[in-house]
Amino acid sequence: MSNDKSFEPEEKQTTLHEARRRFLKHSSAFAAITFASPILVKAAENELDEKASAYFEKVSLQLEVNGVLHKLSVEPRVTLLDLLREQLHLTGSKKGCDYGQCGACTVHVNGKRVLSCLSLAAMQEGKKITTIEGLANGDALHPMQEAFIKHDGFQCGYCTPGQIMSAVACVREGHAENEEDIRQYMSGNICRCGAYPNIVDAIVEAKKGGSKI
Amino acid sequence: MINFDYIRPSTQKAAIDALNKDATSQLIAGGTNLVDLMKRGVTTPQKLIDINNLPLRTIEEGKGIIRIGALALNSEVAENELIVKKIPLLSLALKAGASPQIRNMATVGGNMMQRTRCPYFYDTVMPCNKRQPGSGCGALKGYNRMHAIFGGTETCIAVHPSDMCIALAALDATVVVSSPKGSRRIPFNEFHRLPGSAPQKDNTLQRGELITAVEVPDNAAFVKNVLYNKIRDRASYAFALVSVAAALDLKENIIQNARLAMGGVAHKPWRLTSAENFLKGKTASIAIFQQAANMSMKDAKSYGYNKFKLTLAPNTIVETLKTITGLS
Repeated sequence: MSNDKSFEPEEKQTTLHEARRRFLKHSSAFAAITFASPILVKAAENELDEKASAYFEKVSLQLEVNGVLHKLSVEPRVTLLDLLREQLHLTGSKKGCDYGQCGACTVHVNGKRVLSCLSLAAMQEGKKITTIEGLANGDALHPMQEAFIKHDGFQCGYCTPGQIMSAVACVREGHAENEEDIRQYMSGNICRCGAYPNIVDAIVEAKKGGSKI
Repeated sequence: MINFDYIRPSTQKAAIDALNKDATSQLIAGGTNLVDLMKRGVTTPQKLIDINNLPLRTIEEGKGIIRIGALALNSEVAENELIVKKIPLLSLALKAGASPQIRNMATVGGNMMQRTRCPYFYDTVMPCNKRQPGSGCGALKGYNRMHAIFGGTETCIAVHPSDMCIALAALDATVVVSSPKGSRRIPFNEFHRLPGSAPQKDNTLQRGELITAVEVPDNAAFVKNVLYNKIRDRASYAFALVSVAAALDLKENIIQNARLAMGGVAHKPWRLTSAENFLKGKTASIAIFQQAANMSMKDAKSYGYNKFKLTLAPNTIVETLKTITGLS
């Protein structure tokens, strides 16, 4: 998927899901124009809020996401999370707090788990990113995904992509030796439904399961 | 987030030149605090200088010291073999800080440069002398549960948020900085400052200076009996209400030397020098620890909601020393 696509005017959208997204996008754009530059206001009026970003100087960026190489250009202020969700349409990584407090946006960068909401996309030049979408092998779920399903490691599911990315890293780092360790090293992922006991059980099983994590 | 220019220099000189050329520019390394502050409009640099391409990530042994590059990640330092073996207190403090994800991003230099988490500093509609000099201190008569009990002034009672820095202060580390004038070495306890009448200044770093490394004395006496004791609202991933970094040089049961610093209580890592001097040569006992804790509280002052720290702080000092010496 090329970056250019996200700067094309929106095509006619039919599904409820897309209509909802468009409503949210437009309402937030209009809320923002009170404080925005004339260029932005004009762009918003023309329903081209994303196009406004083209007026700012961009940084060219090459990075690999889930094994696919992307050549992009981004505004310096775009976070990795927004790049993944809004430009590459990989909406698995969630925007929870957007301030580095909840862990819902956890992805792996060069094999290390990080918070994509506090990472600037422009700073990821040449990096290899893995998101929740890149974990499964085709239709075969990753063992950690299987374990979360088996142990009911979620209720609403919003924190789950971040929990799973963190859990995989936790095992790979060698920080899942016992339950206490797991709780300590999973503390950067908040679950407001309180599925913690089941999340810990899932990680324990995935670790013991013998499959490569 | 307000947009900004972005550059990624590949040499130290280019980074420092860029910093000096543009007064509205700021360095970025891990970005875990800076991006947060920029999103909230607390900090609005017009240019970011990404220093991640600079070769400042090495952790190595020098003569009588361990040198840690400013760009070494918090997680790398915490798990580094040399650090675990020779400066275990630093490793413990790092592991007590933030979350695994943030430790994978945050650098040693960036950790030292992080700003206070005072809610009045973060909320741009509130008065804050640190964010906007002259606007007043919202915390002084506000909700100040997390705030300082040492060294505060009418202008600012914010606390320094780092755990790593508390250990580095206790261990007499040195900060190495570079500028067009050359390199300069700052004793760790002189790096961060008290608010005084200029709370907008967190530290003594001059404009245009770049932190290149931190050097920690390789002192075998402070390896065995060490503890970083962090008291917080939840068991993990929360800022300290009070923390104590302690290292004791024990022979039999006699304290040859002590190193003590507290976090969560002041605008800078709070070194407990009088308690250290008092403990030197004493036989470890609970009574002695209580005396050391009491004298450490001599100049403490609370502001309302943080009154509990007047009790929590000395208790934490005693508990930490008891745990290290096995007297609990």
